[in-house]
Amino acid sequence: MINRKVAAVAGTAALALALTSCAESERDDGDAGGGDAGSATDDGGSTGEDAGSSDAQFVFGAAGAPTTFDPFYASDGETFRVTRQIFQNLIGIEEGGTEGVPELATSWEGSEDGLTWTFELQEGVTFHDGTEFNAEAVCANFERWADQNEVGQSQAVAYYYGNDFGFGDDSLYESCEATDDLTAEVTVTRVTGKFPMVLSQSSYAMQSPTAMEEYNANDVQAEGEAFVYPEYAQEHPTGTGPFVFEAYDNAGGTVSLTRNDDFWGEPAGVQDLIFSIIPDENARRQELEAGTIQGYDLPNPVDWQSLEDNGNQVLIRDPFNILYLALNPVADPQLEDPLIRRALYHAINRETLVQNQLPDGATVATQFFPDTVSGYNTDIQPYAYDPEEAEALLAEAGAEDLEIDLWYPTEVTRPYMPDPQRIYDAVRADWEAIGVTINPVSRPWAGGYIDGTQSSQSPAFFLGWTGDLNSADNFLCAFFCGDDNQFGTSAYDWHGELQDALREADGEPDEAAREEMYRELNENIMSEEWLPGLPISHSPPAIVVAENVQGLTPSPLTAEDFSTITLSE
Amino acid sequence: MLRFIVRRLLQAVLALFILSVLLFAWLRSLPGGPVAALLGERGTPESAAALRAQLGLDQPLPVQYFRFVERAVQGDFGISNGVFRGQPAMEVFLQRLPATIELSVVAMVIALSLAIPLGYIAARRRGGPLDTGSVVFSLIGVAVPVFFLAYVLKYVFAVQLGWLPPSGRQTVGIGATHITNFYVLDGIITREWDAAWDAFRHLILPALALSSIPFAVVFRITRAAVIDVMDEDYVRTARAKGLTAGTIRGRHVMRNALIPVITIIGLQIGALLAGAVLTEKVFAFQGIGQALAIGFELRDYPVLQVLIMMAALIYIVVNLLVDIAYAVIDPRVRTK
Repeated sequence: MINRKVAAVAGTAALALALTSCAESERDDGDAGGGDAGSATDDGGSTGEDAGSSDAQFVFGAAGAPTTFDPFYASDGETFRVTRQIFQNLIGIEEGGTEGVPELATSWEGSEDGLTWTFELQEGVTFHDGTEFNAEAVCANFERWADQNEVGQSQAVAYYYGNDFGFGDDSLYESCEATDDLTAEVTVTRVTGKFPMVLSQSSYAMQSPTAMEEYNANDVQAEGEAFVYPEYAQEHPTGTGPFVFEAYDNAGGTVSLTRNDDFWGEPAGVQDLIFSIIPDENARRQELEAGTIQGYDLPNPVDWQSLEDNGNQVLIRDPFNILYLALNPVADPQLEDPLIRRALYHAINRETLVQNQLPDGATVATQFFPDTVSGYNTDIQPYAYDPEEAEALLAEAGAEDLEIDLWYPTEVTRPYMPDPQRIYDAVRADWEAIGVTINPVSRPWAGGYIDGTQSSQSPAFFLGWTGDLNSADNFLCAFFCGDDNQFGTSAYDWHGELQDALREADGEPDEAAREEMYRELNENIMSEEWLPGLPISHSPPAIVVAENVQGLTPSPLTAEDFSTITLSE
Repeated sequence: MLRFIVRRLLQAVLALFILSVLLFAWLRSLPGGPVAALLGERGTPESAAALRAQLGLDQPLPVQYFRFVERAVQGDFGISNGVFRGQPAMEVFLQRLPATIELSVVAMVIALSLAIPLGYIAARRRGGPLDTGSVVFSLIGVAVPVFFLAYVLKYVFAVQLGWLPPSGRQTVGIGATHITNFYVLDGIITREWDAAWDAFRHLILPALALSSIPFAVVFRITRAAVIDVMDEDYVRTARAKGLTAGTIRGRHVMRNALIPVITIIGLQIGALLAGAVLTEKVFAFQGIGQALAIGFELRDYPVLQVLIMMAALIYIVVNLLVDIAYAVIDPRVRTK
């Protein structure tokens, strides 16, 4: 018996020895500097946090995993938050604002006809792999965007390019020429108010032509029910930004970036930037309280006070979004009657809704974009809350027994809609007060809600938008362009007029004239005859960081630059 | 014996086939789908239709099913379109499986190391305060939902007292080397002791919560079995022969009482997997349970199919092994 026990212990010891002898620690002791672009290991990061010095580590709690590391193939905030630290664009975004400012281009100028744009480039910039950034590299990027295979042209893959430029013969992009080392001339096929400011969006980051070629950046494929991204997008994103991609640990849920010591601008204030993927919001808050992460995005407004009470900093962004109620006559023909739509809008007490259900700083919206976007019409008055008028209008329309399906999403928080259920409750109460019967329809965000609203199944629903850039078209076209838009405007006799106005305003080369056209368009949309939906509010989304985090400027576009962060004792 | 095993294997294959059909149809009957998840509020009816066509989701369901089976038999379960876009679904499963196994094993160890001694002591002191207390405790274990217990443990020990980490598998930025993806084991074999300890600390609360399920069952079975065995003639005989209490306990009582306990452990694996889904969600623990939760939210069909099919396979294999073990022990089972 004793012999058997001795043998068991000896066997276990031998096994342990064998295991430990074949496994090597990959820890990088001491050397925390640099980072080799394009070299991905399974795990990374230096140990410990060295607050108060530039060797510090900043850990940010992300709500989801990036979909890819190539921003050209992305359209979601979790991806862009990471890629913005790695890449830069020709045109940047002003710190804390929405205006375009020089980044990799020092200046740009359009020709008189608005079709040719000349970009002067920043000197002395290199990509993380050592490739020189110059006019050739700029043109290589423009060509790469346009040269997508069939899968790459899908809206689910290159969403922004498909929308802003388009592929094939109708593309906005005509050509790019490197007239000298630091001058690139880009020609477009038609005038649009979006160009060149559209280049400030994360998708149009400048990427290393060498790395893109080496790792087949354009080789995106559809396989089964999903897309397969090339090696470049998964392991070798190579930009010019303040941080270098180091590793993505899928099993552990972390993305590790390290400071670019050869950065042409101000070097990053922390050595390591780690995104820890924590899908549950409660868990993110608790990790912040426990000190294992130093920040996370979109804290629930009900937690703002307690987060601050515990010493954290809740940084509130200027609102750059819109929450609206849409009424779709394709889904429910009785909504074609403007009297009924007006009655439903008059019945909603938006002042109280915004005060009670939305965070401090939220405002009642008068039109479909915030006042920082050019084309905002200051003459439009908020649609009045008037339940008596609402009842009278219903009576006039002969719809005293109105019954309507009101949709709201579950399992989701959006920057413009922190708690959809509470917004639904408020509107339901207001509508019931004027005698309307509500049939509530709740659907998970990706479990039928988005499908329903896009395919005109939802007569009344809540949705919103966070602007990508300071452009009226970025808001209005997202809502109203096309014959089967989510407001079902094709059912109205003014649909054609709306489409023409949207197209003409976007195509107007003169900035002042364009602004005036959008002002007029806003007025028409909010007129009693049109009113396809009711803009409800602009909400300020917040980002929270720990007490010892300095230097982070909240961005209305949620485009924060983490290189300015430093950690104090 | 061989015929018995072959028959059971065929039954297992049939069960998996039926499950795959039901699962495939059920997932696709849920509202929404991957197209809505991929496009979000930026989609339009045209882009949604184009994407559906591109991904083959516009094909009739039987066509989609046969394409799925055709690939699955070659080991290709498709590509994730939500949990981690672009990664093979099987890889998502394999990467996350060690986390769930690690959690389940620690939970089982906690459950057994508490339930068996407690069950024995309770049986020996039948009717006493310790027995009554333990029975009530185990009743609570059965009755309290695991996610509630998980929230309470997390709130008290992680949030309020700060003794243990509130979520995750390892402190971010600790720079641990991962070889097997069993983090505690990785820390030991690479001699990164701090990393192993850190991973173990992350395991304690979720494992405690999860252990409540097998604990309650194992405790009650042990107690009942010990009571039965203690009344057996051979125990009385052993006592009469003057054997020491330790020998009677070890050789005669526990050895016999543990037979039904071991059986029940096999059956608890299904309950553990179900409990792990809830526990992992509460503790943001990166195992297959969390992947399942995210997969549902984003309608990641390939990942959901792999995770559910594999969980079923594990359950079927374990039960098959139990059945075979029975057949070996009891020849009557083979002929039934």
